[in-house]
Amino acid sequence: MSIFNIPIQLFSTQIMLGLINGAFYAILSLGLAIIFGLLNIVNFAHGAFYMLGAFGALLLLDHLGINYWAALVIVPLLIGLLGCVIERSVLRWIYDLDHLYGMILTFGMSLVMVGIFRNMYGATGLAYSMPPSLQGGFNLGFMYLPASRAFVIVASGLVCLLTWLAIEKTRVGSWLRAATEKPQLTEAFGINVPLLITLTYGFGVALAAFAGVLAAPIFSVNPMMGSDLIIVVFAVVVIGGMGSISGAILSGFMLGLVEGVTKVFWPQASSTVIFVIMAIVLLVRPAGLFGKQD
Amino acid sequence: MKRTVSCLAMMVALTTAAHAQMANDGIKIGVLTDQSGVFSSLAGAGSVVAANMAVEDFGDKFGVPVQVVSADHQNKADVGTQIARQWYDVEGVDVIVDVPNSSVVLAVQELAREKDRMLIASGSGTAALTNESCSPNGMHWTWDTYAVAVSTGKAMVEQGGDKWFFLTADYAFGHTMQKDVTAVVEGAGAQVVGSVVAPLNTADFSSYLLQAPAAGANVIALANGGTDTINSLKQAQEFGLNQQARLAGLAIFLTDVHSIGLDAAQGLYLTTGFYWDRTEESREWSKRFFDRHGAMPTMAQAGVYSAVTHYLNAIAQTGTDSAAPVIAQMKATPVNDFFAQNGTIREDGRMVHDMYLAQVKTPAESSGPWDYYKILATVPGDEAFRPLSESACPLVKH
Repeated sequence: MSIFNIPIQLFSTQIMLGLINGAFYAILSLGLAIIFGLLNIVNFAHGAFYMLGAFGALLLLDHLGINYWAALVIVPLLIGLLGCVIERSVLRWIYDLDHLYGMILTFGMSLVMVGIFRNMYGATGLAYSMPPSLQGGFNLGFMYLPASRAFVIVASGLVCLLTWLAIEKTRVGSWLRAATEKPQLTEAFGINVPLLITLTYGFGVALAAFAGVLAAPIFSVNPMMGSDLIIVVFAVVVIGGMGSISGAILSGFMLGLVEGVTKVFWPQASSTVIFVIMAIVLLVRPAGLFGKQD
Repeated sequence: MKRTVSCLAMMVALTTAAHAQMANDGIKIGVLTDQSGVFSSLAGAGSVVAANMAVEDFGDKFGVPVQVVSADHQNKADVGTQIARQWYDVEGVDVIVDVPNSSVVLAVQELAREKDRMLIASGSGTAALTNESCSPNGMHWTWDTYAVAVSTGKAMVEQGGDKWFFLTADYAFGHTMQKDVTAVVEGAGAQVVGSVVAPLNTADFSSYLLQAPAAGANVIALANGGTDTINSLKQAQEFGLNQQARLAGLAIFLTDVHSIGLDAAQGLYLTTGFYWDRTEESREWSKRFFDRHGAMPTMAQAGVYSAVTHYLNAIAQTGTDSAAPVIAQMKATPVNDFFAQNGTIREDGRMVHDMYLAQVKTPAESSGPWDYYKILATVPGDEAFRPLSESACPLVKH
């Protein structure tokens, strides 16, 4: 059986792989959307934090013998903390300025971080061994699914779901949403909005670091790994609607899927297809698929 | 522009006649390389170390100083050309060496011809340097895409790889390699059952790679380089594709294997112009290099040492650093060192030397870091490089 001359088996495989890549897009675009929603900052350093996550896992393993599972918790906490420090010391001075300043500042930070790692570890990158418990895989009938990829999709799906629930269904989430809409009024109710902002930035950054740890055994750990990905993730956020939490998650998975299918039919276009969709979405719905029209 | 300048003053007087013929009161060797980008590990600072070692090992044989200067071309043809122009015009650089990155090296080779200076390429792989874009002022020392791709292709067909699938990077480098290897493997009776063209800097190659078993391939050829190769290999192993088909790397350097790790790279077939652990001489030199650079040399870095040494020998024999007589002397003299045995420089500028077919060891076979290759066969230079009879170089008389 085949679809447009492509065997159904290969087609199903690509859908599965698309979903897995979509999981990375979702978790990264979720962090970006949260940060943009509350801080109004287009965080160009997000790719660098993703890279820091992967390097963090690698350095913990190489120097302290801390394994992948512990790194999944420790690294996002550490990088999240770094995010909080950066927000307190650097970002808060530019909230009242135009978006452009935030973009330039975070882009500059990203260049510095990538430059430091390139000088220290070279451009070719390093290898992170697959943890023993993630070796092997499952035969799904239509494809062989490595355990590492299955874990990525489960872990990422779970983190996205928990984040969405935390923001939409909890009291802290309601403060966050209130602070996003009307920060001064929220502060008048006795909520510490500056602290909320710091923690939100730290959390968004921690999500990027978490994705970085997930990526370490699968992709080459190199200083440029985030820069290559971040542009696509920005397109995903724009398609989902800037600042929309559910939009970021859904469009992440959806665009991973579209990209996967493109890799079968027209491989050369796979790096472009997301931007074509972005252009179309912006023409038809300027606020994005899930964004609120002003 | 990041620049390091190392200077070796050689004040032992030779004849005044020899002294008088050195332009600019000395010999200047410019290492134009990638010091921060994708080629910085395979060439970069290691190439500068190699050039410095060559100058130091050569010793005080001229009455003038021999200097090594270096710069980062940032993988931009305009930046590279600007530095080269400054070096040739203002700073009196006699020869530029290394220059990984096809677009930069092709531009610098043109400039060397215009200024009547010299270029000896080592890190770059484009076979065009000594084919359609050849120059009387240029030499290509270490490897080219034709040699590594074709040698690997032939060897794999001989070992039973008769159904080929190409994973090709979507730019000139990848397309050229696919074309050259296809011609060779089809000529040897194998069949190309499929190919997929992937954009440069893709992170996830699994979607592309999984199309290979579906096409019934028993060889997956990676016509890509750098991080793309590393990611493809990692993911081929993750999906168990190295159990279903043999993997052939068409442009692999020792530092790539170091970066990938033996777990993912084991079993990979490749062709290299140099491996440190091959002869007593190569081991001795490489250990000295390691002590200074902290990594074993790649073929590009070893090639820089060999080229600079041969260049300085030619100056010693001719007593001048003018391009034309030095080039003629270099071409007339065979290259014999730890890098090449009886290497010859053809009229198209190609330094023809033996290449080596290698397979990456398994973690059990390796005794530790940098013990990565098993040398399976020596590919004689005449078979490895494009024969002059197929050359499109205008300098070659058919």
